[in-house]
Amino acid sequence: MDIELNVAQQQAQSGFRDFVEAMVVPHANEHDRLQKMPEKLIRQVAEQGYLGGIVPAQYGGAGMDAVTWGLLCEEIGRGSASLLSLFTVHGMVIQALLKWGTDAQRQHWLPRLATGEVIGAFGLTEPNIGSDASNIETTATLEQGEWCLRGQKRWISFGQVATLFLIFAQVDGKSTAFLVERSSAGFSTEAITGMLGFRSAMLADIHLNECRIPEANLVGRIGFGFSHVAGAALDHGRYCVAWGCLGLAQAGLDASLAYTGTRKQFGVFLKGHELIQELVADMITQIRAARMLCYRAAFLKQQGDPSLIMETSIAKYFTSRVAVKVSTDAVQIHGANGCSDSYPVSRYLRDAKIMEIIEGSNQMQQIIIAKYGYQDHIMSQRRLRQQGSKSE
Amino acid sequence: MNEESIMTKAADFVSQYLNNAEVDHDVDLFATGMVNSLFAMQLVLFVEKEFALSVDNEDLDLDNFKSINAITGFVCKKLDLTTAA
Repeated sequence: MDIELNVAQQQAQSGFRDFVEAMVVPHANEHDRLQKMPEKLIRQVAEQGYLGGIVPAQYGGAGMDAVTWGLLCEEIGRGSASLLSLFTVHGMVIQALLKWGTDAQRQHWLPRLATGEVIGAFGLTEPNIGSDASNIETTATLEQGEWCLRGQKRWISFGQVATLFLIFAQVDGKSTAFLVERSSAGFSTEAITGMLGFRSAMLADIHLNECRIPEANLVGRIGFGFSHVAGAALDHGRYCVAWGCLGLAQAGLDASLAYTGTRKQFGVFLKGHELIQELVADMITQIRAARMLCYRAAFLKQQGDPSLIMETSIAKYFTSRVAVKVSTDAVQIHGANGCSDSYPVSRYLRDAKIMEIIEGSNQMQQIIIAKYGYQDHIMSQRRLRQQGSKSE
Repeated sequence: MNEESIMTKAADFVSQYLNNAEVDHDVDLFATGMVNSLFAMQLVLFVEKEFALSVDNEDLDLDNFKSINAITGFVCKKLDLTTAA
Protein backbone atom coordinates (compact mmCIF):
# COMPACT_ATOMS: atom_id res chain seq x y z
CA MET A 1 0.00 0.00 0.00
CA ASP A 2 1.56 3.26 -1.19
CA ILE A 3 0.82 6.03 1.31
CA GLU A 4 2.74 8.81 -0.39
CA LEU A 5 0.56 11.34 -2.16
CA ASN A 6 1.29 11.72 -5.83
CA VAL A 7 1.89 15.15 -7.34
CA ALA A 8 -1.71 15.63 -8.43
CA GLN A 9 -2.99 14.72 -4.97
CA GLN A 10 -0.53 17.09 -3.32
CA GLN A 11 -1.61 19.91 -5.59
CA ALA A 12 -5.26 19.17 -4.96
CA GLN A 13 -4.65 19.12 -1.22
CA SER A 14 -2.92 22.47 -1.41
CA GLY A 15 -5.87 23.92 -3.29
CA PHE A 16 -8.33 22.52 -0.76
CA ARG A 17 -6.33 24.05 2.10
CA ASP A 18 -6.15 27.46 0.46
CA PHE A 19 -9.91 27.45 -0.10
CA VAL A 20 -10.71 26.40 3.46
CA GLU A 21 -8.28 28.91 4.98
CA ALA A 22 -9.75 31.75 2.95
CA MET A 23 -13.45 30.90 2.78
CA VAL A 24 -14.30 28.63 5.70
CA VAL A 25 -12.03 29.06 8.72
CA PRO A 26 -12.58 32.83 9.19
CA HIS A 27 -16.36 32.41 9.34
CA ALA A 28 -17.04 28.97 10.81
CA ASN A 29 -17.50 30.21 14.36
CA GLU A 30 -19.99 32.84 13.21
CA HIS A 31 -21.92 30.25 11.18
CA ASP A 32 -22.04 28.08 14.30
CA ARG A 33 -23.32 31.01 16.38
CA LEU A 34 -25.97 31.94 13.85
CA GLN A 35 -26.86 28.27 13.24
CA LYS A 36 -26.81 28.93 9.53
CA MET A 37 -24.66 27.98 6.55
CA PRO A 38 -24.75 30.89 4.10
CA GLU A 39 -26.03 30.20 0.63
CA LYS A 40 -23.03 32.16 -0.63
CA LEU A 41 -20.56 29.63 0.82
CA ILE A 42 -22.51 26.71 -0.61
CA ARG A 43 -22.30 28.40 -4.02
CA GLN A 44 -18.56 28.99 -3.59
CA VAL A 45 -18.06 25.32 -2.75
CA ALA A 46 -20.10 24.33 -5.78
CA GLU A 47 -18.19 26.69 -8.07
CA GLN A 48 -14.94 25.00 -7.05
CA GLY A 49 -16.39 21.73 -8.34
CA TYR A 50 -16.17 20.20 -4.89
CA LEU A 51 -19.79 19.05 -4.69
CA GLY A 52 -19.20 17.01 -7.82
CA GLY A 53 -15.98 15.53 -6.51
CA ILE A 54 -17.04 11.91 -6.77
CA VAL A 55 -19.22 12.32 -9.86
CA PRO A 56 -17.46 10.79 -12.87
CA ALA A 57 -16.35 13.15 -15.63
CA GLN A 58 -18.91 11.67 -18.02
CA TYR A 59 -21.60 13.26 -15.88
CA GLY A 60 -19.81 16.56 -15.46
CA GLY A 61 -18.04 15.82 -12.18
CA ALA A 62 -14.41 15.98 -11.11
CA GLY A 63 -14.06 12.19 -10.93
CA MET A 64 -11.78 12.39 -7.88
CA ASP A 65 -9.97 9.25 -6.75
CA ALA A 66 -10.67 7.98 -3.24
CA VAL A 67 -7.58 9.60 -1.71
CA THR A 68 -8.24 13.01 -3.25
CA TRP A 69 -11.86 12.93 -2.09
CA GLY A 70 -10.64 11.97 1.36
CA LEU A 71 -8.17 14.86 1.40
CA LEU A 72 -10.99 17.23 0.47
CA CYS A 73 -13.16 15.89 3.31
CA GLU A 74 -10.24 16.26 5.70
CA GLU A 75 -9.67 19.90 4.82
CA ILE A 76 -13.36 20.74 4.92
CA GLY A 77 -13.69 18.95 8.25
CA ARG A 78 -10.74 20.91 9.55
CA GLY A 79 -12.53 24.15 8.73
CA SER A 80 -16.12 23.27 9.56
CA ALA A 81 -17.71 19.94 10.50
CA SER A 82 -21.09 21.43 9.62
CA LEU A 83 -19.92 22.16 6.09
CA LEU A 84 -18.43 18.65 5.90
CA SER A 85 -21.91 17.24 6.48
CA LEU A 86 -23.01 18.87 3.22
CA PHE A 87 -20.29 16.92 1.41
CA THR A 88 -21.34 13.78 3.25
CA VAL A 89 -25.05 13.78 2.54
CA HIS A 90 -24.81 15.25 -0.95
CA GLY A 91 -22.22 12.57 -1.71
CA MET A 92 -24.45 9.85 -0.30
CA VAL A 93 -27.18 10.69 -2.80
CA ILE A 94 -24.61 10.72 -5.60
CA GLN A 95 -23.17 7.38 -4.49
CA ALA A 96 -26.61 5.76 -4.31
CA LEU A 97 -27.40 6.87 -7.85
CA LEU A 98 -23.99 5.92 -9.19
CA LYS A 99 -24.36 2.39 -7.89
CA TRP A 100 -28.09 1.70 -8.08
CA GLY A 101 -29.71 4.41 -10.17
CA THR A 102 -31.21 3.74 -13.57
CA ASP A 103 -29.50 5.23 -16.60
CA ALA A 104 -32.26 7.81 -16.80
CA GLN A 105 -31.81 8.79 -13.14
CA ARG A 106 -28.05 9.09 -13.55
CA GLN A 107 -28.34 11.12 -16.75
CA HIS A 108 -30.86 13.48 -15.20
CA TRP A 109 -29.55 13.97 -11.68
CA LEU A 110 -25.79 13.45 -11.62
CA PRO A 111 -24.88 16.48 -13.75
CA ARG A 112 -27.13 18.64 -11.59
CA LEU A 113 -25.68 17.23 -8.39
CA ALA A 114 -22.18 17.73 -9.77
CA THR A 115 -22.66 21.46 -10.27
CA GLY A 116 -24.69 22.02 -7.12
CA GLU A 117 -27.72 23.07 -9.14
CA VAL A 118 -29.37 20.40 -7.02
CA ILE A 119 -28.39 19.86 -3.39
CA GLY A 120 -28.88 16.32 -2.12
CA ALA A 121 -29.82 15.09 1.35
CA PHE A 122 -30.27 11.66 2.93
CA GLY A 123 -33.53 10.76 4.65
CA LEU A 124 -33.35 7.53 6.65
CA THR A 125 -33.58 8.42 10.36
CA GLU A 126 -37.00 8.99 11.93
CA PRO A 127 -38.27 10.25 15.29
CA ASN A 128 -38.65 6.63 16.50
CA ILE A 129 -35.91 5.01 14.42
CA GLY A 130 -32.16 5.56 14.61
CA SER A 131 -29.84 2.57 14.79
CA ASP A 132 -32.71 0.17 14.04
CA ALA A 133 -32.76 1.57 10.51
CA SER A 134 -34.20 -1.46 8.74
CA ASN A 135 -37.45 -0.96 10.70
CA ILE A 136 -38.36 2.52 9.52
CA GLU A 137 -42.01 3.50 9.83
CA THR A 138 -42.42 5.68 6.73
CA THR A 139 -44.51 3.90 4.12
CA ALA A 140 -44.90 4.15 0.36
CA THR A 141 -47.80 2.86 -1.67
CA LEU A 142 -48.29 2.88 -5.43
CA GLU A 143 -51.51 4.73 -6.16
CA GLN A 144 -52.70 5.60 -9.64
CA GLY A 145 -49.22 5.44 -11.11
CA GLU A 146 -47.57 7.52 -8.37
CA TRP A 147 -45.82 6.65 -5.14
CA CYS A 148 -47.54 8.10 -2.11
CA LEU A 149 -45.22 8.52 0.89
CA ARG A 150 -46.44 8.92 4.46
CA GLY A 151 -44.16 9.53 7.43
CA GLN A 152 -41.51 11.71 8.95
CA LYS A 153 -37.74 11.92 8.90
CA ARG A 154 -35.60 13.63 11.52
CA TRP A 155 -32.10 15.10 11.92
CA ILE A 156 -31.71 15.50 8.16
CA SER A 157 -28.47 17.37 7.47
CA PHE A 158 -29.00 20.27 5.08
CA GLY A 159 -32.66 19.37 5.05
CA GLN A 160 -33.51 23.08 5.24
CA VAL A 161 -31.99 23.81 1.83
CA ALA A 162 -31.64 20.52 -0.09
CA THR A 163 -33.76 20.13 -3.20
CA LEU A 164 -33.39 16.36 -3.79
CA PHE A 165 -33.86 13.85 -1.00
CA LEU A 166 -33.07 10.13 -0.94
CA ILE A 167 -35.94 8.89 1.23
CA PHE A 168 -36.40 5.36 2.59
CA ALA A 169 -39.83 3.89 3.12
CA GLN A 170 -41.50 0.51 3.53
CA VAL A 171 -43.41 -0.88 0.55
CA ASP A 172 -45.51 -3.72 1.96
CA GLY A 173 -42.94 -4.11 4.70
CA LYS A 174 -39.96 -4.05 2.30
CA SER A 175 -37.40 -1.28 2.63
CA THR A 176 -37.24 0.78 -0.54
CA ALA A 177 -35.45 3.96 -1.63
CA PHE A 178 -36.99 6.91 -3.44
CA LEU A 179 -35.92 10.24 -4.89
CA VAL A 180 -38.13 13.04 -3.57
CA GLU A 181 -37.87 16.59 -4.81
CA ARG A 182 -38.60 19.45 -2.44
CA SER A 183 -41.28 20.68 -4.82
CA SER A 184 -43.27 17.42 -4.50
CA ALA A 185 -46.87 17.71 -3.33
CA GLY A 186 -47.19 16.82 0.35
CA PHE A 187 -43.50 17.44 1.11
CA SER A 188 -42.42 19.95 3.75
CA THR A 189 -39.50 20.59 6.08
CA GLU A 190 -39.13 22.17 9.49
CA ALA A 191 -35.85 23.61 10.72
CA ILE A 192 -34.13 22.04 13.75
CA THR A 193 -32.06 24.36 15.92
CA GLY A 194 -30.36 24.24 19.31
CA MET A 195 -28.17 21.21 18.56
CA LEU A 196 -25.07 20.40 20.59
CA GLY A 197 -22.95 20.35 17.44
CA PHE A 198 -23.24 20.63 13.68
CA ARG A 199 -25.16 23.81 14.49
CA SER A 200 -24.79 25.28 10.98
CA ALA A 201 -25.58 22.00 9.20
CA MET A 202 -29.10 23.26 8.45
CA LEU A 203 -30.81 20.28 10.05
CA ALA A 204 -34.50 19.68 9.44
CA ASP A 205 -37.45 17.42 10.05
CA ILE A 206 -39.11 16.17 6.89
CA HIS A 207 -42.87 15.71 6.76
CA LEU A 208 -44.30 13.40 4.11
CA ASN A 209 -48.05 13.99 4.14
CA GLU A 210 -49.33 11.86 1.28
CA CYS A 211 -46.29 13.08 -0.62
CA ARG A 212 -46.67 12.12 -4.27
CA ILE A 213 -43.73 11.33 -6.54
CA PRO A 214 -43.42 9.74 -9.99
CA GLU A 215 -43.27 5.96 -10.18
CA ALA A 216 -39.86 6.29 -11.85
CA ASN A 217 -38.38 7.86 -8.70
CA LEU A 218 -37.80 4.48 -7.11
CA VAL A 219 -34.05 3.83 -6.70
CA GLY A 220 -32.90 0.24 -7.00
CA ARG A 221 -35.65 -2.29 -6.37
CA ILE A 222 -38.40 -2.82 -3.82
CA GLY A 223 -36.92 -4.59 -0.81
CA PHE A 224 -33.34 -3.50 -1.51
CA GLY A 225 -33.58 -0.01 -0.04
CA PHE A 226 -31.78 -0.49 3.24
CA SER A 227 -29.51 -3.39 2.34
CA HIS A 228 -28.15 -2.06 -0.95
CA VAL A 229 -29.08 1.55 -1.61
CA ALA A 230 -28.58 2.75 1.97
CA GLY A 231 -25.68 0.30 2.27
CA ALA A 232 -23.78 1.95 -0.56
CA ALA A 233 -24.67 5.44 0.65
CA LEU A 234 -23.80 4.84 4.30
CA ASP A 235 -20.43 3.32 3.41
CA HIS A 236 -19.64 6.52 1.53
CA GLY A 237 -20.96 8.58 4.43
CA ARG A 238 -18.71 6.78 6.90
CA TYR A 239 -15.76 7.34 4.60
CA CYS A 240 -16.45 11.10 4.50
CA VAL A 241 -16.90 11.22 8.26
CA ALA A 242 -13.67 9.30 8.89
CA TRP A 243 -11.62 11.78 6.89
CA GLY A 244 -13.61 14.71 8.25
CA CYS A 245 -12.84 13.60 11.81
CA LEU A 246 -9.19 13.45 10.85
CA GLY A 247 -9.44 17.07 9.79
CA LEU A 248 -11.33 18.02 12.93
CA ALA A 249 -8.69 16.39 15.11
CA GLN A 250 -5.93 18.10 13.13
CA ALA A 251 -7.68 21.42 13.73
CA GLY A 252 -7.66 20.78 17.46
CA LEU A 253 -3.97 19.91 17.38
CA ASP A 254 -3.09 22.94 15.25
CA ALA A 255 -5.01 25.23 17.60
CA SER A 256 -3.28 23.70 20.61
CA LEU A 257 0.21 23.99 19.10
CA ALA A 258 -0.43 27.65 18.27
CA TYR A 259 -1.96 28.51 21.65
CA THR A 260 0.76 26.85 23.70
CA GLY A 261 3.37 28.80 21.77
CA THR A 262 1.88 32.16 22.62
CA ARG A 263 0.55 31.87 26.15
CA LYS A 264 2.77 31.85 29.22
CA GLN A 265 2.08 30.68 32.72
CA PHE A 266 4.63 30.73 35.55
CA GLY A 267 6.95 32.64 33.19
CA VAL A 268 7.09 29.77 30.70
CA PHE A 269 5.23 29.21 27.47
CA LEU A 270 2.64 26.47 27.94
CA LYS A 271 4.53 24.28 25.48
CA GLY A 272 7.39 24.20 27.96
CA HIS A 273 5.27 22.48 30.60
CA GLU A 274 5.61 18.69 30.51
CA LEU A 275 1.95 17.90 31.21
CA ILE A 276 1.05 20.00 28.18
CA GLN A 277 3.67 18.11 26.17
CA GLU A 278 2.07 14.85 27.25
CA LEU A 279 -1.29 15.92 25.90
CA VAL A 280 0.24 17.19 22.66
CA ALA A 281 2.26 13.98 22.19
CA ASP A 282 -0.87 11.88 22.51
CA MET A 283 -2.72 14.13 20.07
CA ILE A 284 0.04 13.77 17.49
CA THR A 285 0.27 10.01 17.85
CA GLN A 286 -3.47 9.42 17.67
CA ILE A 287 -3.84 11.61 14.61
CA ARG A 288 -1.00 9.74 12.89
CA ALA A 289 -2.78 6.44 13.57
CA ALA A 290 -6.12 7.84 12.41
CA ARG A 291 -4.53 9.01 9.20
CA MET A 292 -3.18 5.52 8.48
CA LEU A 293 -6.64 4.02 8.89
CA CYS A 294 -8.08 6.60 6.50
CA TYR A 295 -5.39 5.84 3.95
CA ARG A 296 -6.07 2.11 4.28
CA ALA A 297 -9.78 2.68 3.71
CA ALA A 298 -8.92 4.80 0.66
CA PHE A 299 -6.64 2.11 -0.73
CA LEU A 300 -9.29 -0.60 -0.38
CA LYS A 301 -11.99 1.71 -1.76
CA GLN A 302 -9.86 2.33 -4.82
CA GLN A 303 -9.50 -1.45 -5.27
CA GLY A 304 -13.20 -2.15 -4.74
CA ASP A 305 -12.14 -4.72 -2.17
CA PRO A 306 -15.03 -6.26 -0.16
CA SER A 307 -13.20 -5.51 3.08
CA LEU A 308 -13.48 -1.77 2.36
CA ILE A 309 -16.82 -1.68 4.17
CA MET A 310 -15.39 -2.99 7.41
CA GLU A 311 -12.13 -1.06 7.16
CA THR A 312 -14.11 2.14 6.56
CA SER A 313 -16.20 1.32 9.62
CA ILE A 314 -13.01 0.86 11.63
CA ALA A 315 -11.65 4.16 10.33
CA LYS A 316 -14.85 6.02 11.21
CA TYR A 317 -14.99 4.48 14.67
CA PHE A 318 -11.38 5.24 15.52
CA THR A 319 -11.14 8.70 14.00
CA SER A 320 -14.34 9.91 15.64
CA ARG A 321 -13.00 8.80 19.02
CA VAL A 322 -9.72 10.53 18.26
CA ALA A 323 -11.59 13.70 17.31
CA VAL A 324 -13.40 13.69 20.65
CA LYS A 325 -10.22 13.00 22.63
CA VAL A 326 -8.14 15.57 20.80
CA SER A 327 -10.80 18.27 20.99
CA THR A 328 -11.40 17.54 24.67
CA ASP A 329 -7.69 17.96 25.34
CA ALA A 330 -7.60 21.06 23.14
CA VAL A 331 -10.26 22.67 25.33
CA GLN A 332 -8.31 21.62 28.42
CA ILE A 333 -5.12 23.15 27.04
CA HIS A 334 -6.93 26.40 26.26
CA GLY A 335 -8.37 26.56 29.78
CA ALA A 336 -11.24 28.99 30.23
CA ASN A 337 -10.49 30.42 26.80
CA GLY A 338 -11.33 27.00 25.43
CA CYS A 339 -14.81 27.26 26.89
CA SER A 340 -15.46 30.55 25.11
CA ASP A 341 -16.81 30.81 21.60
CA SER A 342 -14.03 33.29 20.89
CA TYR A 343 -11.85 30.26 20.27
CA PRO A 344 -12.79 27.42 17.91
CA VAL A 345 -11.91 24.49 20.17
CA SER A 346 -15.25 24.34 21.98
CA ARG A 347 -16.95 24.04 18.58
CA TYR A 348 -14.52 21.26 17.66
CA LEU A 349 -15.52 19.35 20.79
CA ARG A 350 -19.24 19.76 20.24
CA ASP A 351 -18.94 18.73 16.60
CA ALA A 352 -16.67 15.80 17.42
CA LYS A 353 -19.29 14.38 19.75
CA ILE A 354 -21.82 14.39 16.92
CA MET A 355 -19.35 12.40 14.80
CA GLU A 356 -19.55 9.54 17.29
CA ILE A 357 -23.30 9.31 16.72
CA ILE A 358 -23.91 9.87 13.00
CA GLU A 359 -23.52 7.42 10.08
CA GLY A 360 -24.03 4.54 12.45
CA SER A 361 -23.28 5.21 16.10
CA ASN A 362 -19.95 4.04 17.44
CA GLN A 363 -21.75 1.34 19.40
CA MET A 364 -23.12 -0.06 16.13
CA GLN A 365 -19.63 0.11 14.66
CA GLN A 366 -18.25 -1.82 17.64
CA ILE A 367 -20.79 -4.59 17.16
CA ILE A 368 -19.98 -5.14 13.50
CA ILE A 369 -16.22 -4.67 13.97
CA ALA A 370 -16.13 -7.35 16.65
CA LYS A 371 -18.05 -9.74 14.43
CA TYR A 372 -15.66 -8.98 11.57
CA GLY A 373 -12.72 -9.73 13.85
CA TYR A 374 -14.04 -13.17 14.72
CA GLN A 375 -14.70 -13.97 11.04
CA ASP A 376 -11.19 -12.88 10.13
CA HIS A 377 -9.69 -14.93 12.95
CA ILE A 378 -11.45 -18.10 11.87
CA MET A 379 -10.42 -17.66 8.24
CA SER A 380 -6.79 -17.02 9.17
CA GLN A 381 -6.81 -20.16 11.34
CA ARG A 382 -8.23 -22.10 8.40
CA ARG A 383 -5.52 -20.77 6.08
CA LEU A 384 -2.83 -21.77 8.58
CA ARG A 385 -4.23 -25.30 8.79
CA GLN A 386 -4.35 -25.56 5.00
CA GLN A 387 -0.75 -24.38 4.73
CA GLY A 388 0.26 -26.91 7.38
CA SER A 389 -1.42 -29.74 5.45
CA LYS A 390 0.35 -28.79 2.20
CA SER A 391 3.78 -28.77 3.78
CA GLU A 392 3.38 -32.25 5.31
CA MET B 1 -13.15 -20.12 -14.94
CA ASN B 2 -16.00 -22.60 -14.74
CA GLU B 3 -19.12 -23.20 -12.70
CA GLU B 4 -17.32 -25.38 -10.20
CA SER B 5 -14.63 -22.84 -9.42
CA ILE B 6 -17.22 -20.10 -9.09
CA MET B 7 -19.22 -22.20 -6.67
CA THR B 8 -16.12 -22.93 -4.58
CA LYS B 9 -15.26 -19.24 -4.31
CA ALA B 10 -18.84 -18.30 -3.48
CA ALA B 11 -19.05 -21.00 -0.82
CA ASP B 12 -15.74 -19.87 0.71
CA PHE B 13 -16.94 -16.27 0.88
CA VAL B 14 -20.22 -17.24 2.53
CA SER B 15 -18.45 -19.61 4.90
CA GLN B 16 -16.12 -16.83 5.99
CA TYR B 17 -19.05 -14.59 6.84
CA LEU B 18 -20.68 -17.40 8.82
CA ASN B 19 -17.59 -18.10 10.95
CA ASN B 20 -16.47 -21.11 8.96
CA ALA B 21 -19.84 -22.85 9.08
CA GLU B 22 -20.55 -25.27 6.23
CA VAL B 23 -23.78 -24.27 4.58
CA ASP B 24 -25.95 -26.29 2.23
CA HIS B 25 -25.73 -24.65 -1.17
CA ASP B 26 -29.50 -24.39 -1.47
CA VAL B 27 -30.16 -22.73 1.88
CA ASP B 28 -31.77 -19.28 1.64
CA LEU B 29 -29.22 -17.25 3.59
CA PHE B 30 -31.43 -14.19 3.98
CA ALA B 31 -34.72 -15.90 4.81
CA THR B 32 -33.04 -17.96 7.52
CA GLY B 33 -31.49 -14.83 9.04
CA MET B 34 -27.99 -16.22 8.67
CA VAL B 35 -26.84 -13.01 7.00
CA ASN B 36 -27.81 -9.36 7.22
CA SER B 37 -27.73 -6.17 5.17
CA LEU B 38 -24.01 -5.71 5.75
CA PHE B 39 -23.37 -9.07 4.08
CA ALA B 40 -25.52 -7.97 1.14
CA MET B 41 -23.17 -5.09 0.26
CA GLN B 42 -20.05 -7.14 0.92
CA LEU B 43 -21.40 -9.84 -1.40
CA VAL B 44 -21.87 -7.30 -4.18
CA LEU B 45 -18.29 -6.10 -3.79
CA PHE B 46 -16.97 -9.68 -3.63
CA VAL B 47 -18.78 -10.73 -6.80
CA GLU B 48 -17.64 -7.60 -8.64
CA LYS B 49 -13.99 -7.90 -7.67
CA GLU B 50 -13.60 -11.67 -7.75
CA PHE B 51 -15.31 -12.18 -11.09
CA ALA B 52 -14.60 -8.76 -12.70
CA LEU B 53 -18.22 -7.96 -13.40
CA SER B 54 -20.65 -5.21 -12.46
CA VAL B 55 -23.74 -5.77 -10.34
CA ASP B 56 -26.30 -3.28 -11.59
CA ASN B 57 -29.77 -2.01 -10.82
CA GLU B 58 -31.42 -4.68 -12.94
CA ASP B 59 -29.56 -7.42 -11.07
CA LEU B 60 -31.24 -6.56 -7.77
CA ASP B 61 -33.29 -9.69 -7.38
CA LEU B 62 -33.14 -11.89 -4.33
CA ASP B 63 -33.08 -14.93 -6.60
CA ASN B 64 -29.59 -13.84 -7.69
CA PHE B 65 -28.11 -13.76 -4.19
CA LYS B 66 -30.16 -15.81 -1.76
CA SER B 67 -28.05 -18.97 -1.73
CA ILE B 68 -24.64 -20.23 -2.82
CA ASN B 69 -26.29 -21.92 -5.79
CA ALA B 70 -28.11 -18.69 -6.66
CA ILE B 71 -24.90 -16.66 -6.48
CA THR B 72 -23.16 -19.21 -8.68
CA GLY B 73 -25.96 -19.15 -11.22
CA PHE B 74 -25.98 -15.35 -11.28
CA VAL B 75 -22.24 -15.10 -11.88
CA CYS B 76 -22.36 -17.77 -14.60
CA LYS B 77 -25.18 -15.90 -16.31
CA LYS B 78 -23.28 -12.60 -16.17
CA LEU B 79 -20.17 -14.30 -17.56
CA ASP B 80 -22.13 -16.23 -20.19
CA LEU B 81 -20.96 -19.56 -18.82
CA THR B 82 -22.99 -22.72 -19.25
CA THR B 83 -24.39 -24.07 -16.00
CA ALA B 84 -25.26 -27.65 -15.10
CA ALA B 85 -28.93 -28.46 -15.66
